[in-house]
Amino acid sequence: MATANTQVDNGVNVAALLGAREALTATPEGAQFKWRATCKWVKGTHSHSSVTGFFGLGAEQKHRSEFTFDADHPEIFASEDKGATPVELVLVGLASCLTAGVAAVAQHRGIQLRSVQATIEGGMDIQGILGIDSDVRNGFDGIKVKYNIDADAAPDEIKAIVAQSQKRSAVYDIVANPTNVTVEVN
Amino acid sequence: MSQCLTARSIDHVLLERGEVANSWRTERWDSLRLLTPNWQSRLPGFGYEGTDPDGFRTMPETVDFITRYAHAIAAPVEAQTTVTSVRASTEGYSVATDRGDWDCRAVVLAAGACNIAVVPSLASAVPSSIATLTPKAYRNPDQLEPGGVLVVGASATGIQLADEIHRSGRRVTLAVGEHVRAPRTYRGRDIQWWMDAAGVLDERYDEVDDIVRARNLPSLQLVGSLERTTLDLNALTGMGVRLVGRLAGITDGKVQFSGSLRNQCALADLKLARLLDTIDEWATLNGLDGEVGPSHRFEPTSVEASPPLGLDFASGEIRTILCATGFRPDYSWLDIPILDRKGQIRHDGGVVALPGIYLMGMPFLRRRKSSLIDGAGDDARDLSDHLASFLGGRVSATSR
Repeated sequence: MATANTQVDNGVNVAALLGAREALTATPEGAQFKWRATCKWVKGTHSHSSVTGFFGLGAEQKHRSEFTFDADHPEIFASEDKGATPVELVLVGLASCLTAGVAAVAQHRGIQLRSVQATIEGGMDIQGILGIDSDVRNGFDGIKVKYNIDADAAPDEIKAIVAQSQKRSAVYDIVANPTNVTVEVN
Repeated sequence: MSQCLTARSIDHVLLERGEVANSWRTERWDSLRLLTPNWQSRLPGFGYEGTDPDGFRTMPETVDFITRYAHAIAAPVEAQTTVTSVRASTEGYSVATDRGDWDCRAVVLAAGACNIAVVPSLASAVPSSIATLTPKAYRNPDQLEPGGVLVVGASATGIQLADEIHRSGRRVTLAVGEHVRAPRTYRGRDIQWWMDAAGVLDERYDEVDDIVRARNLPSLQLVGSLERTTLDLNALTGMGVRLVGRLAGITDGKVQFSGSLRNQCALADLKLARLLDTIDEWATLNGLDGEVGPSHRFEPTSVEASPPLGLDFASGEIRTILCATGFRPDYSWLDIPILDRKGQIRHDGGVVALPGIYLMGMPFLRRRKSSLIDGAGDDARDLSDHLASFLGGRVSATSR
């Protein structure tokens, strides 16, 4: 692992991240986070979600401002297309998580990035969600991510950054591994 | 360590729960050979004198080697003596055994890193119709019921057992998480020869970037065989073993695998390429390029387009699950406050935080080779230095 080079600036504060890692190794209870969102039905398949607060470092925390997301379905699903589909939001989550990781790993390894672009595609047989064929799963049958990265590094170093980013990505883990989901109705 | 202590005239005993080389005698599967070539097991003043320096010792040969060393150095072994507790006393430490107690000023913990087989906690959800076992209990395929076997873990143990069980005519599925790919030979020399010669095995614990990570690295995917075979994942898929992702869950009579297989293989391929780069650079620098075979790279690990994400136990495809998911030390007999919150011993290169306590034989204790037989000598020399200055030359062990 190369030490961070002061000449390299991907806009990632590696010193702060390493400091946090050290502090949380000593006080693991501070590492317990709760991420939250609220979602409100608007009409039809259109919903309006927002995120503001989360819990971490032993206290309630707040984003600098509220972030909102409209989700809907396209017109070919007889919807009004007021927002991205929820499955597209999942793709956005995965791509942005991996891309943030690419920047952080590159900074840590002293590699200057010039451009990073990901295209992501999830395949789906909608016979599953439509209940046509119970052998077909509802979710993606696979996700493909392609990166185009321009950086001061050899091709294998760039591949290693992308591989390490997957290894440390929360959304990659969430998508690639099972998670218990509990849904309650008040 | 005993050899080093004797050389310094430090009175000591070796407490052994069984016979010398006990774990090699009693805790290994039948076909296992050492992963390091014969020439590489160099103990202080004792090495290989046979005619096959590049071969790999079987377990009986390993037991014989260590036993002969014990005789050669006249090691003061108290065999069939199980330590039941180590606690602080006014003079130093009090060591209780099932054959009497010992008072001593210093204790060297050399009970090994592999006392207990680690089994993933989710394995407790395996239905009772499926047999489960660990490499500690495994001896040979005859032990297994007929039918398919899921081998969990693809380090040296997992790949060797997947290979052997597949050869016994059973269908084998191998769940692959993080692993370290390594060819048996490269450019005509054993990979251990390269790592030894290029100084990789001598890398010190206080010189690597992330010692916690270095100590937790899985073992190299190696096998010691007469044919000096490379047994990587490509070799296993070539013979018909099916690769799946890391064991991710067991629920509703199904076993689930992670979708991360492709990245785990990419990480290992890239890491192997970096090791071979290091070797090539060293070979050029040392003028070996004309002497050894040409530099080359291995095929990337081949992963099928959509590896299965789960298997239904009801399908009968799996009858046995073999968890080759690593080992951990047993410290239940230590009554001294030296463990961290993860249950590991707090130490600086084997010098434990409590004065007079030393640790040996753990992964990357002082050097990358610390867990190899070949690593014991250098570590023992360093630690016996420290121990001798701690004692200030005083007598260290008396029976009572």
